Amino acid sequence: MSAGHHQLYRAGDTPVHRLPPQCKLAAVAVFALVVVATPREWFAAFGAYALLLAGVAVTARVPAGSVLRRMVIEIPFVLFALAIPFIGTGERVQVAGLSLSLPGLWAAWNILAKATLGVVASILLAATTEPRMLLLGARRLRLPPMLVQIAMFMLRYMDVILEEMRRMRVARESRGFTARDARHIPVVARSAGALFIRSYERGERVHLAMLSRGYTGSMPVIQDLTPSAGQWLLAGTLPGAALALLLGTWGLRAMWGMS
Amino acid sequence: MTASLEVDRLAYAYPDGTQALFGVDLRIERGERVALLGPNGAGKTTLVMHLNGILTAGHGTVTVAGLPVSKDSLKEIRRRVGLVFQDPDDQLFMPTVRDDVAFGPANLGLRGEELQQRVKDALTRVGMLEAIDRPPHHLSFGQRRRVAVATVLAMEPEILVLDEPSSNLDPASRRELAEILRSLDVTVLMVTHDLPYALELCERSLILSGGVIAADGPTRTILSDAALLAGHRLELPYGFTVP
Ligand SMILES: Nc1ncnc2c1ncn2[C@@H]1O[C@H](COP(=O)(O)OP(=O)(O)O)[C@@H](O)[C@H]1O
Ligand SMILES: [Mg+2]
Repeated sequence: MSAGHHQLYRAGDTPVHRLPPQCKLAAVAVFALVVVATPREWFAAFGAYALLLAGVAVTARVPAGSVLRRMVIEIPFVLFALAIPFIGTGERVQVAGLSLSLPGLWAAWNILAKATLGVVASILLAATTEPRMLLLGARRLRLPPMLVQIAMFMLRYMDVILEEMRRMRVARESRGFTARDARHIPVVARSAGALFIRSYERGERVHLAMLSRGYTGSMPVIQDLTPSAGQWLLAGTLPGAALALLLGTWGLRAMWGMS
Repeated sequence: MTASLEVDRLAYAYPDGTQALFGVDLRIERGERVALLGPNGAGKTTLVMHLNGILTAGHGTVTVAGLPVSKDSLKEIRRRVGLVFQDPDDQLFMPTVRDDVAFGPANLGLRGEELQQRVKDALTRVGMLEAIDRPPHHLSFGQRRRVAVATVLAMEPEILVLDEPSSNLDPASRRELAEILRSLDVTVLMVTHDLPYALELCERSLILSGGVIAADGPTRTILSDAALLAGHRLELPYGFTVP
């Protein structure tokens, strides 16, 4: 019962790792907003954002290879983006004998560039922040406490539930059952129902255990994570630089009379 | 001196009408270790749930170190009564051992260094300090049960109540837990089917049967009375005789 869902995190002791989680969450959110707000024709700005992220990765000692491996979650976006130039309408261009839609190409580039920057920023966040710290950070940023608590229990009970599922499967199979075709769906569905009831009952027992230790509806503050001004400043480097780039580019273009 | 725990004519029926307790009387002095024995369905868990106000008495009273259990005293009662549940996975719900042990005292208002010290002390008492930053699900079952004990010790309870503490433990973990329980200087009420464990740890035993206390006396005397045990569906393990 290994903790497969913790694999995004890479333990370390760098300035990025040490930042309080809510600073990093806020930094990534603002960075993503700046990226999204950047007009798609400003190629140089996107290149500069990528360099900024590379700087964060170097500081956090997160190797490029591990970032790339984690980028598989972006594949659905990539496939979607690749389809657009073919199905898009409007003016068409010929590339290597293929007729592609020009607005489609722009749209694909827009999605790919922005999604990639956002995904890499999130990967860096997850690689340098333990999942439970992310949740504490989310709580400090005043995200809905109920959602944060649910996520916290998922984090804690994922393995317990997976283990229960595994035991039920072993129990089925040791009595000669293997799910092979559609006729077996009712059996598996009944197991799923039993699993749901077990999880529900566990939830009730956990609730009693929480009440027994003085729970009154909100999670107590266990670690004080109040960031210093310096930590906010440090976390602000990434979105700050990106914002400066965006505004700077915009200013320069206005001065040169480009739109 | 006021008793650690006093239960007076406690009766309770579940909402569906099942009458589980029919008037339970018991008194446990400070520093005693008492075993609560009884067959399945005797009402042991129901009784335990009354001790910290999870269930509210239909009739009768529960008093912890002089304070009656009531709606207004719940917060203090839950500090005084440390309940260790049967399945440590129910008890350990936080992502790390440190957060879990801190949960109770943090609810009591402790913060910062004082809170961290409380956590370390409690883990030291159960010999689990080195696991402080590990997630509970990476510990063995026996270790999880010890951490579960620490989560309530951290609240500095007046009385520790354990529901089936030796269930699912291998012999070594069972012995280690016994050593820990013996080393603690708190009042203990231990619910169990494990009669040798009761004999090892508790001088005094109660038998709860059919929703009333059917026997109360020295554990050795109770376990030597074969007719009494048989009358309440309790059995010593094969080959075991009270020494
Ligand atoms: N939630 C419930 N609703 C109705 N009856 C219950 C409930 N829980 C327990 N009981 C009944 O109350 C009696 C005492 O149960 P319990 O306290 O769990 O016994 P023990 O822990 O000694 O095995 C049993 O007859 C049981 O069926
Ligand atoms: Mg029970």
